[in-house]
Amino acid sequence: METIPFSKNTDTAEMLEINFGPQHPSTHGVFRMAVQLEGEKICGLKPVFGYLHRNHEQIAENLPYAAVMPYTDRLDYVNALTNNFGYALAVEKLAGLEVPERAEYIRVIMAELARIVNHIAVIGFMLNDLGAFFTPLLYAFRERERILDIFEGVTGSRLMNNFFRFGGVKHDLTEADLAEIKKIIARFPAFLKEFEDLLTKNEILCMRCQNVGILSAGDAINAGITGPVLRASGVNYDIRKVDGYSIYNRFDFQVPLGKKGDVYDRYYVRILEIRQSLKILEQALAKIPQGEIMNKKALPYLKMPRNFKPPVGEAYGRIESPKGELGFYVVSDGTPQPWRYHVRAPSLINLTALEEMCLGQKVADAIVILGSIDIVLGETDR
Amino acid sequence: MNRILGFFDQIFVSAKAWLLALLGRFLPDWVVVLASIVISGVVILVMGAVIMMYLTLLERKLLGRIQNRYGPNRVGKWGLLQPIADGIKMFTKEDIIPANADKIIHLLAPIVIVVPAFMIFLVVPFGRGMTAANLNIGLLYFIAVSSVTTLPIFMGSWASRNKYSLLGGMRTAAQMISYEVPMTLSVVPVIMMSQSLSTNEIVLAQSGCSGLHWFIFTPWGLAGFIVFFLCATAECNRPPFDLPEAESELVAGFHTEYSGMKFALFYMAEYMNAFTLCGIAATLFLGGWQGPFLPSWAWFFGKTFILICVMIWFRGTFPRFRVDQLMGFAWKFLLPLTLINILVAALWHFLPPVWAWLWSALILVISFFILVKLNINFVPEKRVYTLES
Repeated sequence: METIPFSKNTDTAEMLEINFGPQHPSTHGVFRMAVQLEGEKICGLKPVFGYLHRNHEQIAENLPYAAVMPYTDRLDYVNALTNNFGYALAVEKLAGLEVPERAEYIRVIMAELARIVNHIAVIGFMLNDLGAFFTPLLYAFRERERILDIFEGVTGSRLMNNFFRFGGVKHDLTEADLAEIKKIIARFPAFLKEFEDLLTKNEILCMRCQNVGILSAGDAINAGITGPVLRASGVNYDIRKVDGYSIYNRFDFQVPLGKKGDVYDRYYVRILEIRQSLKILEQALAKIPQGEIMNKKALPYLKMPRNFKPPVGEAYGRIESPKGELGFYVVSDGTPQPWRYHVRAPSLINLTALEEMCLGQKVADAIVILGSIDIVLGETDR
Repeated sequence: MNRILGFFDQIFVSAKAWLLALLGRFLPDWVVVLASIVISGVVILVMGAVIMMYLTLLERKLLGRIQNRYGPNRVGKWGLLQPIADGIKMFTKEDIIPANADKIIHLLAPIVIVVPAFMIFLVVPFGRGMTAANLNIGLLYFIAVSSVTTLPIFMGSWASRNKYSLLGGMRTAAQMISYEVPMTLSVVPVIMMSQSLSTNEIVLAQSGCSGLHWFIFTPWGLAGFIVFFLCATAECNRPPFDLPEAESELVAGFHTEYSGMKFALFYMAEYMNAFTLCGIAATLFLGGWQGPFLPSWAWFFGKTFILICVMIWFRGTFPRFRVDQLMGFAWKFLLPLTLINILVAALWHFLPPVWAWLWSALILVISFFILVKLNINFVPEKRVYTLES
C-alpha cells in the first residue's frame, strides 16, 4: 500500500503512521484513514477512499432513465428511498412531469420513515464506536425492523426498495399499511425516551462526546458540509425548508440546531430530527388524500422505458437526505439515456472536514468523529 | 439436618480423602502425597478450562438478553454444547504467524498468559477446607502472580509487529500497572482486620453472625470492595476498561495477529482471570464460602457468579473510557481513596464499636465527596437546542 504524503513534517522519529482501514471494524466500510500519531494524539490524518468505486455515473449514462433508479438504491444503501426521491425529482424537473397529490404524500411518508431508520442506525453505530458493545445499536435495530417490515410490505424489499417512478410511485399504501405506520409512530416516542434515558445524560457518553471534534459554522460552510453535521454547527439550512421541494412546505416542522458543533451536538440534533420527522409523518398521515399514484402521462413509460426521452436540457434535483444535500444533476440530449449524470453525495463532501475535526484529538476520538459524520461508502465512492 | 449439611459441605474433601486412603492401602506414603498434589492439580486444570468455556456461554447468553436477543441456542439444549463447538472450531483454525513477527515470543505469549491464570486458582478457597494450597502468604501470592499477566500481553503485542497490537500493548502496560496499585492497597484493610495474609484465615475472620459477618458490611469494607472490584474489572481488560482490546478502535488490540488456538488461549486467560478475580473479591469482602444453610462451596460459587454477572452487565451497558480519563481515574481518585480507607480501617480497629461506625463512615463519605469535587475537570454541559422554523 503506497504511503500518503503528509503535509506536516514527518521526520520526527516518534511519529507512528498507521492505517485505519480499509479493513477495520469501525470505518463503516472500506474506508481508510491514514493517521499520523504521536503517542495517542493525532497529528495528521488523510482520508483515503475509492475502494468501493463502481462506476455508478458511467453506468447510468449508458442506461435508460428508468433503469438507473435501482442503481441509486445502491448509493446510500441505508436509505434507498431518499436516493430514489432525489433522482426522481431531477428527472421530473427535466421532463416537466407533475406528480399526483397522493403520490407526493406517499413519497414524503416513505422518505421520512427512511430518515428515522437512518438516524437511529447512525446513533446506534456511533455508540458502538464509543465502545458500548452493541446494546444501543440493537435497541435501535429493534425499532428499525418494524419500519423495514413496512418497507417490505409496500415495496417488496427491505433495503433496495426501487420504489419511486417518474411521475409517481410504484405501489400504493393500503389502509392496513397506513394503520401500521400510525402504530409505529405512536410507539416511537416511548422508544426515544428509553433510548435517551440510557444515553443522553450518561456521564461517559458526555465525557467522550462533548467538546470533541468541534466544527465551527464557518468551517462547515466553507467545506460545503450539509445535513445534520452542518445543523449541529448551528447553521439553519435544511433543504426541506429552503427549497420546499415536493410538498414539504405544507407541513409544520422545525429545524433543530446545535451550538458547538461537536460530536454530542451531532448526536442530539439527530434525535431531535427524528422527533420532527414523526411530526411530519403525523401530519402527512392525517392529510393523505385518495387518488392516483402515477401521472397518467408517465404511465406508458413504465412498460417501455426506452420511449421516455426528456427534452434537451439539464436539471438539478436536490433533496435533504438524512446525510445532507443529495443532488442529482442530469443532462439530456434527447436520447433515452442521460448524456451526463452526476451525483452530489453528502457522504463524500462531509468527509472533507474530517481532518480538521480530528487534529489534536486522541485515536479513540477520531473513530467517534468519523461515526458522527455518518458516511456510507456506497455513496462516497459510487 | 446438620449432618446432611455437613456431608454435602465436605463432599469434595471427603471424596479426595477416601481416594487417598484407598491408594494408601497399596502404595507407599510418598506416592500418596504425590497423588494428593496431582489430584488437586488435575481438578484445577479441568475446572479452569470448564469454567472458561461456560463463562463464554454465560456471557453470550446474558449479553443476548440485555440486547433483547436470544444468544446461542442451537447447539445442544439451551446452547449448552456451544462452548465445545467453539473449541473444535478454534482447534481447526489455521494458525497464522505474521511474516515479520518475532516467532518465538509470538508463540510464547499465549502460553505464558495462561500460566498465572491457572496459578491463582491455587489460593482461591472454594469451600471449607477446599483451598488447593493453604499458603500463609496467599494474598501476597495472588497479587504477585496476577501482576505477571501484564507481561505476556505486552510480549504478544510487541512480537506481532502490528501497529494496532503495539498501541494495544502500550495501553495494557499503562492501564494494568496503574490499576495494580489501588487494587493492592484496597486489600490492605482486609489484611489489617484479619491479621493474616492467608485467604483461608481471611474467610474465617468473617465467620461471626452465623456466617454473615462479612467485611462488606463495614464502611471500609464497602469502599474497599468497590475499589477492588473496579480495579479487577480493569485488570482483566473488561469493559468499560477494555482499552487494550478496544474493538472499535484497535481491531482487537494486543491479539489482533493471533488466530486459532493461540487466540483461544488469550481468551481462556481472560475469562479465568475474571473468574478468579471475582472469586478473590468474594473471598476478601463477601465472606468467601461463609453463609448459612447452604454448603460452603455453593456459597462461594454463588457469590462469584453474581459478581461475574455484574461484570457482564457492565459490558452490556457502558461505553468505553478514553486513555487519559482512565489513567486519571486510577491515580487521582482510586489511589487517594484507598489510602484514606487504610486510615479508616486503623481507626475502626482502635475505637469502640459505635464510635468506629460513626467516624469511619463520616471520614469516608467526606473524603469521597472531596475527591469527587477535586476530580471533576469535566461537568456534563446542559445544552439547550433551538428549534427554528
